[in-house]
Amino acid sequence: MSDNVSVIGVGLGKVGEHWEKSLRDLAIESIWMAFEDSGIDKVDALYVGNMSSGQFVEQEHLGALIADFAGLGPIPAVKIEAACGSGGAAFIEGYMAVKSGMYDYVLVTGVEKMTDVLPSKTTSILANASDRDYEAFNGVSFVGLNALVMRRYMHEFNVKREELSIFPVISHKNAPFSKHAMYRKEITLEAVINSPIIADPLTLMDCAPICDGAASVILCSEKKAREFTDNPINVSGVGLATDSLGVHDRVHMTTLSAAVEASKKAYKMAGVGPKDIDILEIHDAFSIMSALSLEDMGFAKKGEGTKMALEGQHYIGGDLPINLYGGLKARGHPVGATGVYQIGELVYSLRGDGRVDAERGLAENIGGSGATISACILERGG
Amino acid sequence: MDVPRHWREQIKRYRLVGSKCKKCGKLSYPHRLVCPKCRSREYEEHQFIGRGKIISFTNINSPPKEHRYNLPYAVALVELMEGPVITAQITDARAEELEIGMEVEMVTRKIMEYNEDGIICYGYKFRPIVEYAHP
Repeated sequence: MSDNVSVIGVGLGKVGEHWEKSLRDLAIESIWMAFEDSGIDKVDALYVGNMSSGQFVEQEHLGALIADFAGLGPIPAVKIEAACGSGGAAFIEGYMAVKSGMYDYVLVTGVEKMTDVLPSKTTSILANASDRDYEAFNGVSFVGLNALVMRRYMHEFNVKREELSIFPVISHKNAPFSKHAMYRKEITLEAVINSPIIADPLTLMDCAPICDGAASVILCSEKKAREFTDNPINVSGVGLATDSLGVHDRVHMTTLSAAVEASKKAYKMAGVGPKDIDILEIHDAFSIMSALSLEDMGFAKKGEGTKMALEGQHYIGGDLPINLYGGLKARGHPVGATGVYQIGELVYSLRGDGRVDAERGLAENIGGSGATISACILERGG
Repeated sequence: MDVPRHWREQIKRYRLVGSKCKKCGKLSYPHRLVCPKCRSREYEEHQFIGRGKIISFTNINSPPKEHRYNLPYAVALVELMEGPVITAQITDARAEELEIGMEVEMVTRKIMEYNEDGIICYGYKFRPIVEYAHP
């Protein structure tokens, strides 16, 4: 027990188009929500997960900015960047900082302010997560890269586009319950299938929305956590792995090798396997990523990532509920913040929100088209 | 400021020059300073023939801002006959003609014209292989 790291505070800001709020406003709002949730108001270090503040709002140096404006004092504070996987990567840095004994209380904040620029500029900025000189230069957008993977997947495994359309429906099913979600409504399969094509075969509703948001979590040792609560939520396993930056250099075009590696590390550390996971937060930025994630983390055979979804097993009440607070699709995908939202949502589910009785959950956060992937396993401390 | 960034890629883009590992023979495009297969740092330039086949493709409807004047355009993963896969636009073909397995060849084309610095960037695109009738 003494070695365990616990999450003692969660603050998830409302995701949306926040014209009236700046990056720092969003970050600080979530930090103070997490303070309120935890019962503490001081930390020893801050890790900020953020993808592209320099491009979106021309602001770098987020560690110092946020520590300053959040009133955290002269603590160490740095930004961790791994594209859309920044939040999960920052969380793992925070975990290691507590685990090592270096700091007692660590704050991890994911934040992204995407809506200050026009959508075509956003598309350009997001393309920076790919190989700028050899992918983005040639005009492929981020949606385009996922479309290339999706068409290849459909070709190799004889899967129809309409089968993958189930994933946005599942994420949206849970969104009305999710107070911080951007789109708190259900959608139909027909709506996904018939929405406009962005980069064929991907439709608009296969893609997570551009938005603003910030999420914070506070970590400390389980020993300290028990001073605040009898039921801490522990981090039992973490894994982070990388793969070739460009989709064109993947050994298997339709395998997220980094998901395989990251989940293996997390399972090993937690001493569990895929069968022991009760709930999942997966990185459904695009429908195809949901199928690949389920397969490559051991929840489905290769090519069968849609099977459980089509059988209804990923809804609450099914064998493996996913994206209980709306996922990236309905909660929203403020890129660098997403990984921290996922952790916070797992904590909510494991604490017990009246919908599932889950002991253990896994959050998977993808950076780029799969070049960085983190897997974090959280469980009830008992 | 963008000029040197594109200038130094000219040969690699115009002539499709990548690298070949001197130890294990692994071919890479774009060029690599460390062999992804055997980690050797001994390599030589390798010019690809510029033929291959489409292994996946998409039509971009919502482009990054620097490509907004090119709409509509198709992007594909092209597996070169020498092995490496590269990401490139497909030109001289209608969207509905494209299919996985289609044989294509490289052409040098304008990629971006409306760069902020006013420079015109050229690079590779691929087109369906055309069989010319000789008189």
